[in-house]
Amino acid sequence: MATIEKSLTEEKEQAATWDVERIRADFPVLRQTVNGKPLVYLDNAASSQVPQVVIERGSMYLEQEHSNIHRGVHYLSQKATTAYEGARETVKRFINARGSKECIFVRGATEGINLVMHGYGRKFISAEDEIIISAMEHHANIVPWQMLCEEKGARLRVIPMNDAGELLLDEYEGLLNERTKLVAVNHVSNALGTINPIKAMIESAHKYGVPVLIDGAQSAPHMIVDVQDLDCDFYAFSGHKMFAPTGSGVVYGKARLLEQMNPFQGGGDMIKSVTFEKTTFADLPNKFEAGTPAIASQIGLGAAIDYLNSIGREQAAAYEHELLRYATERLSGIEGVRIIGTAREKASVLSFVIDEIHAHDIGTILDQEGIAVRAGHHCAQPVMQRFNVPATARASFAFYNTKEEVDVLANTIEKVIEIFS
Amino acid sequence: MSELSELYQQVILDHNKKPRNFRKLETANHSAEGYNPLCGDQLTVYLHLEDDAVREISFEGSGCAISKAAASMMTQAVKGKSKHEAEQLFTEFHRMVTGELDEENTQNALGNLKIFSGVREFPVRIKCASLAWHTMHAALNNQELVSTE
Ligand SMILES: Cc1ncc(COP(=O)(O)O)c(C=O)c1O
Repeated sequence: MATIEKSLTEEKEQAATWDVERIRADFPVLRQTVNGKPLVYLDNAASSQVPQVVIERGSMYLEQEHSNIHRGVHYLSQKATTAYEGARETVKRFINARGSKECIFVRGATEGINLVMHGYGRKFISAEDEIIISAMEHHANIVPWQMLCEEKGARLRVIPMNDAGELLLDEYEGLLNERTKLVAVNHVSNALGTINPIKAMIESAHKYGVPVLIDGAQSAPHMIVDVQDLDCDFYAFSGHKMFAPTGSGVVYGKARLLEQMNPFQGGGDMIKSVTFEKTTFADLPNKFEAGTPAIASQIGLGAAIDYLNSIGREQAAAYEHELLRYATERLSGIEGVRIIGTAREKASVLSFVIDEIHAHDIGTILDQEGIAVRAGHHCAQPVMQRFNVPATARASFAFYNTKEEVDVLANTIEKVIEIFS
Repeated sequence: MSELSELYQQVILDHNKKPRNFRKLETANHSAEGYNPLCGDQLTVYLHLEDDAVREISFEGSGCAISKAAASMMTQAVKGKSKHEAEQLFTEFHRMVTGELDEENTQNALGNLKIFSGVREFPVRIKCASLAWHTMHAALNNQELVSTE
């Protein structure tokens, strides 16, 4: 208890020194008004905003470097290739991969998971095998596995959770067995905010020799991730949720596994040689990057990581945690508001419902006051069913949000309740 | 908040709280299910059609205030109408909420349904207001499932 309190104090101290106004100045989009009110952007779990330096890196590429990569002997193609591969090096350091060839550029977490489903799943999973996912997955980490199970006659097993939105780890241990061929779970739930104890979960799976895919869409932007320390086998995330443009993303895979896997898509750049009789595939990472990728976006992802490093990732995380704590306190204090997802370990996401008021009505009224939240099922319909709600409203925070914005949110929620009373 | 008070008028809030004809209709000979995948709004419209007229109509389901109130008032408006009149009302309602019909200056049968005109200022909510109408239309025409996507 004493240590928890100490770290909480430390966190508060760190949060207190965070110069949020200076940070906000880096994000041009935040300067606007919506419906005559200052924009209060609390939909970061869906897509986060892009800082000026990332925008500038993207335009610099388009103005000075644009060309196809890996293909030209000419000057521009070399510049583009250098910038693109430079971003891969940055990603490698960001997640502490052993090698940059383990970092495959994809369109986002969804494509990353589908890549593993096709490349690993379709090759190594067969009838009667089992795939374990959790009760709090995004559709992106449910549907591909369902499709695979359907195709192969394999079985999908689901780790249940308690009413706080925490996975039942004993049940998980019980699900693991000789037939298990893959575990696929999210690090942080986008609908509940729960941080799952993935390191221990990975260790358990490895006792059975089972590889683990981590859906890191919500953790990469808000936590320090070290894939070697976690010892995860795959880790997928999206650039647009971490201050980079859409179309950028990464799936990390251990080289040994990626080498054994089937390619994902076929086409240019993923081959060594092609004849009508036989194609030899390229080495990593190109084997998984068929066709011309989103070059400008991936370079932008590299720039976004540089930005995160420059502002201090730990301090940013501590500040966000303090915001979440404050928002939880404010919203729990409003009669009629119920928070969905009350796990002990949470990051950046606050889902809530109000008695008798549908989330879409909440979302519309908040929007009139310039507040952007997500209202709906958050691509996690099974989570809604588990908590027996049709939808929730979700405020999700980034390090550029402020306590004042949380106050605006809380006050407007009170107004919503008044309108419907 | 003026556009907002246009949208959430007392009548709408009242129908949301106490939806009319909110039940399963045992005598129904037509029904359809409507679903808005974006919001998760889901409702079933039941019709008892006799001699091409709507003798009884009811609905069940869950959704936001706009979709519930729209469904509730739709059942009141359509009850007793001929199939043709119901279809015409559907068209007028749809044109009003999408901004194609100037309900104040053209001849129409919308009556108190005009309070939904405020929805057109909220493009993402148009589907909420029209879901029940689409579903009623589907039930009239023997389709069983509609989706607003
Ligand atoms: C936990 C989680 N997984 C996967 C995804 C899918 O990400 P994307 O749509 O960027 O592929 C999301 C985004 O909503 C998410 O929150």
